[in-house]
Amino acid sequence: MSRIQACFSALQDNNKKALIPFITAGDPDPGLTVGLMHDLVSAGANIIELGIPFSDPMADGPVIQRASERALANGTHTDDIFKMVAEFRQQDDTTPVILMGYLNPIEIMGYENFADKANKSGVDGVLVVDLPPEESGDLNKAFKPKSLDQIYLLSPTTNDGRLDRICEVASGFLYYVSLKGVTGSDRLDVDVVAEKLNQIRSKTSLPLGVGFGIKDPQIAGAVGKISDAVVIGSALVERIAEHADEKEKMKLEVSAFIRSLREALDNID
Amino acid sequence: MSEVTNKINSTTDEPLKEMPDDRGHFGPYGGRFVAETLMGPLDELEQAYNQYLKNPEFLSEFENELKHYVGRPSPLYHAKRWSAQLGGAQIYLKREDLNHTGAHKINNTVGQALLARRMGKKRIIAETGAGQHGVASATVAARYGMECVVYMGAEDIQRQAINVFRMKLLGAKVVSVEAGSKTLKDALNEAMRDWVTNVDDTFYIIGTVAGPHPYPAMVRDFNAVVGREARQQCLEQAGRLPDTLVACVGGGSNAIGLFHPFLDDKQVSIFGVEAAGEGIETGHHAAPLNAGKPGVLHGNRTYLMEDKYGQIIETHSISAGLDYPGVGPEHAWLKDSGRASYVSVTDKEALQAFHDLTLIEGIIPALESSHALAYTAKIAPEMDKDAIIIANLSGRGDKDIHTVAAHEGITL
Repeated sequence: MSRIQACFSALQDNNKKALIPFITAGDPDPGLTVGLMHDLVSAGANIIELGIPFSDPMADGPVIQRASERALANGTHTDDIFKMVAEFRQQDDTTPVILMGYLNPIEIMGYENFADKANKSGVDGVLVVDLPPEESGDLNKAFKPKSLDQIYLLSPTTNDGRLDRICEVASGFLYYVSLKGVTGSDRLDVDVVAEKLNQIRSKTSLPLGVGFGIKDPQIAGAVGKISDAVVIGSALVERIAEHADEKEKMKLEVSAFIRSLREALDNID
Repeated sequence: MSEVTNKINSTTDEPLKEMPDDRGHFGPYGGRFVAETLMGPLDELEQAYNQYLKNPEFLSEFENELKHYVGRPSPLYHAKRWSAQLGGAQIYLKREDLNHTGAHKINNTVGQALLARRMGKKRIIAETGAGQHGVASATVAARYGMECVVYMGAEDIQRQAINVFRMKLLGAKVVSVEAGSKTLKDALNEAMRDWVTNVDDTFYIIGTVAGPHPYPAMVRDFNAVVGREARQQCLEQAGRLPDTLVACVGGGSNAIGLFHPFLDDKQVSIFGVEAAGEGIETGHHAAPLNAGKPGVLHGNRTYLMEDKYGQIIETHSISAGLDYPGVGPEHAWLKDSGRASYVSVTDKEALQAFHDLTLIEGIIPALESSHALAYTAKIAPEMDKDAIIIANLSGRGDKDIHTVAAHEGITL
């Protein structure tokens, strides 16, 4: 059983929801990333989503775009991220780690080389934002033998035909983008999301995560009620950015925020 | 049946002109590399594009607008004095600078705005580098009574103050993009973000032959009027096809517009001219086909300027319209297939051509087009006196006089 399957299976047994925080690797400082990952887990995170910084993050809003710029300014490259994950694995061999990024930095390494290094460092899955299933066959072939899950996005504009196609190739879990827009937008309507999730559930037994637009414990709780996992990105990255110069305070803030989300998810009636 | 309809409906066995395939691939290039949220809207756009570009009523409306609003056909002008001074081939200039708004960009914006209307979209957005596409988008938005938002890099806003004011006069909102290198690529990112947020009522008019399918094919088809006219005009004026075509390539819309109708005329050699900036060897340039490698950016696979980690690097050109790290996927394919050659000229060479054409022919060319002219001036003397070169004079240079003056230390 993969780490991702084991994670969801254990949560389901305990009637709990997965909390998936996103941080950009190397933001605000490459030296802080592994420590932050451990802090997130201690505060109640179940899966870590680690962003691979890219110069042109087309699907991200300003908060994550700036995190990408900071990480790149610090010289964080894909090989450094594998080192971070390997270091994280020395102390934590159970929490799944998902890399999230854009295709070009992966393509330049070569798909097989990327898959090999990801697997060796302890990465469990990869979400390539700008790689829809129509174009992802070759990457999928490279991931399969390395037991890497390819995580796909679903959106409010995904029709039935595309839904079928994505469910066919996806593994690990599915990531539903809760609104039309970039990361960090704020117009999430829980009822509309619930309706779409029901439609998706009729097609797949994979766990469903929801992200984009989840800013606070209240929305996290509401979304947790209808999904299997809640992804929290911009709201977390914003807190990291705010305290970039005060390391201790940042760690406290981040932990407190994650704990508040954990609490909301654990108290769904 | 109209000429446009004939072309679109014509079947040909030639693979080059049949590109792309039904998923937007030109060989290994092109495609659709976007987040899931945009896949639905792109399907919708592709459907409309497939439907209306075969619809005689739509095509006749498009032709009518090109004739009466844009002022087509644009002349094919035999630059006799310049040809004589260079002492070689006869140079003909395709005068896209004489179009309404002063560049080829209007061909495509008229086409896409008409398509947007058919699709019931009320709001259009656009990205712009030199400002020409922004002005052309703002113009058609005014013409058809649509709301218009133009994204423009902060650095380009500085370089192209006149075009920014033109867009505002036309009723468009110009949004300054402060991210990244503050140029065209960042404006494109920001426009994509707007589109993904407002897909229900918004049509994104991409200004070049890049982006996710169907944009590269669609923008080409709307600009191919340039090559169809040039081909016909050359046959009428010179009695035969040209020997050589030359056009500048940033994203590559004016170039593909000129080249495409000639792709099956194998005796016609084709040159795309990229911006070598301060020189390819300095690294300060915008010439991905000459010095980049294949990768994925802005929804398509193509040649890119990138570092060894796959991060997109900053480009340099004196011409804002060529200052882009990618290039249309069809150009990438034409390069690999050997059908077209891609060369480059420096800022300095382009400026020389800018002055030469202005003084010798009384035509002030855009700095973008000056790159095509500079390469033309390089090859013309080596060719026979009865050889024919068609160079695409894709835009007029009024917008660039401040840049040229500043470059030469002149205060206006």
